[in-house]
This record gives sequence, structure tokens and C-alpha cells, in this order.
Amino acid sequence: MSKFRKKKKGMPALSTASLPDIVFMLLFFFMVTTTMRETDLLIDSPRLPSASEVKKLERKSLVSTIYVGKAKDAKYGTGYNRIQLNDKIATPDDVPSFIYLERDNVSEAEVPFMTTSIKADKESSVGTLADIREKLRDVNALKLSLSTHKGSVINK
Amino acid sequence: MARRENPEINAGSMADIAFLLLIFFLVTTTMDVDSGIPKKLAEKTEVEPPIVKEKNIFQVSINRNNQLLVENEVMELKDLKDAAVKFIDNGGGIGNPMPGKEAGAACDYCKGAKDPESSDHPNKAIISVESDRGTEYGTYVAVQNELLRAYTELRNRLCQEKYGMSFDELEKAFIDSARKDESLRKKVEDIKASYPQIISDTDPTNVK
Repeated sequence: MSKFRKKKKGMPALSTASLPDIVFMLLFFFMVTTTMRETDLLIDSPRLPSASEVKKLERKSLVSTIYVGKAKDAKYGTGYNRIQLNDKIATPDDVPSFIYLERDNVSEAEVPFMTTSIKADKESSVGTLADIREKLRDVNALKLSLSTHKGSVINK
Repeated sequence: MARRENPEINAGSMADIAFLLLIFFLVTTTMDVDSGIPKKLAEKTEVEPPIVKEKNIFQVSINRNNQLLVENEVMELKDLKDAAVKFIDNGGGIGNPMPGKEAGAACDYCKGAKDPESSDHPNKAIISVESDRGTEYGTYVAVQNELLRAYTELRNRLCQEKYGMSFDELEKAFIDSARKDESLRKKVEDIKASYPQIISDTDPTNVK
């Protein structure tokens, strides 16, 4: 019985009880600052092509994104040319109204700086891109960015 | 026997758990920096486009099997950049007037072959990309990228000669100065005007 009662004398252990608090604080900081994707993708996440001559998109609030790729839902077919605007599958004809909606979200003075970013799968066809481009020209949304990964091109 | 003291709960491993979570979030968080190939679309106007001489156009066509036809010759993607550099940098004639100048002059910074059958001046040299509706987007982007690389190479070369640094460094210095440094702005604009990027996308056949 006596061996339970015996207490070793010595340096009291350094209290690490506050360490979790510090780490949790860091953890919460990262959890809060991490921005999750705002829109649910209805298409398979596009496999972006690679390019080396890329420019970063600044001013995220002025960027409207159009996704092109294969729809997750089989009823839209298996081609890689489905267009997603906001959170629904759309056709090129819906692009102008999408741009108008996006323009409502920013102030008048910033409209000329708005950029449309196209995130298209590398297997999608240029025809789709051309259709979108035509519609964008119709509504005078002339700044376009073809979203890519940074990397070398010639390694297929 | 006296009541045993409540043993302290060992909180040491709590830190480990929290660290594990922290590292998990650190690793899975992709600070998604959106980057891409910038393009400027042409405004829709009623104005008829000016007639451009055949020799000032560098025709790149991509067919539905993702093969390239450059100036009526089949070409591999890897050769495209050099062909484009050769075309842009030819400097075989008189160019459009540079900004701030009255009359056009011959290209005095070009190092090309000065072939009278090829482009007159970098600011007259137009690259026209024509693609089929069925062309793969990946190939299209690759072609655009190769063409932009050609311009980058030329701009870097000229900038190195004139200002002793590459164009990328110059642009970075300009952006770091919060786009306020006037002398840097002049330099950037000078290089951009010397080798303007003129890439025209011809609409694929049968666009609505």
C-alpha cells in the first residue's frame, strides 16, 4: 500500500497546459482565414492546362469565374463542354445575364476593371470558348483570363 | 488511509493533437492564387478592320486533331516559339509610328533576317490564331502560351540591352514601386511599345 503514497520529490514538471491553448489559437486562425470555395462545383473539377506565361489575377472581388468541364450529373451528358455559371449548369446564352449580375455587385467605377476568368478543362473544345467569348464581347466584358496552372507546357 | 489526491489529467498530449490538426489544415489549405493567360477581347464595332498585308500576318491554324499548321507548313508545338520570334523580329521594312514619333521608321533593335517577304516591324506583325471548334482547349492554351513566350523572349532581350535587366525584373520593380515610379513606367511602356503583343483569335468556323 505504501508504494502508492510515496511521492518523488524533485523539479515540478513544467506546465504545458497552456500549450494547447496557443496551438488552438493558431488552429482557429487558420480555420477562419481559410476561404473555402464559394460555389459548389456541378462539374468535375476542371483539369486546368499548364502555361508558363501567366499573370496573377488581382482584386478577387472583381473576378467572375466561368467553369467549363464535364458535368457531374449524368443527365447533362459526358462531354467536357458544360458551362457552369454561379451554381447551375448553363448555356452560352446565359453568359450576358451572368455578367450583368456580377456587375451589380461592384461599383460603377470598377466595372471596366472586371475580369472574367474561364476555368476550363483541358479536354473541352475551343468552340465552347469561342461561344463564351462572343457573348462576352456582346456585353463588353473584354478582360479575359484563361485560368491555368503554372508549369511547362511541352511535356505531354 | 487518506483519500488519494485526484491525479492531474495529463494535458501534454493535447498539444500533440492540436498540432496534428493545425498541420492538417496547413497542408490542405491551398492558398488558391488564381493565375491565367490574360486576353483582351476586341470590341464589337461597325468599323471595317484595316487591310493588312499578307506578309505581316503569321497564320497559325489548329485543326480538330490538335495539329498545327503554321504559315502553310505543318509544325510541332516545340518549334512554334522560334518561328514566331523569327517572324516578329524580322524587321524587313518601315513600321507604324512609335508613340510620340511622327513617321514610322525601320526597326533598329530587331535582330531578324530583314527578309522583305516577312513582317515589316514588330508593331505591324500580327499573329493570327485560327482554331477549329473541335480543337482541344489544352492545345489552344499551349499555342497561346508559346506565342506569349516568343514575345517575352524578345522583350527580355531588348530590355537587357537597353536597361541592363530583364523585362520581368523591370516590371516587378515597377509594380513594387506601387506603379508610381515615372522613369520605370516610361521604360516599361517603351519595351511594350517596341514589341506589342498582337495576337488575334480568328473565330472558329461556324460560330453562331
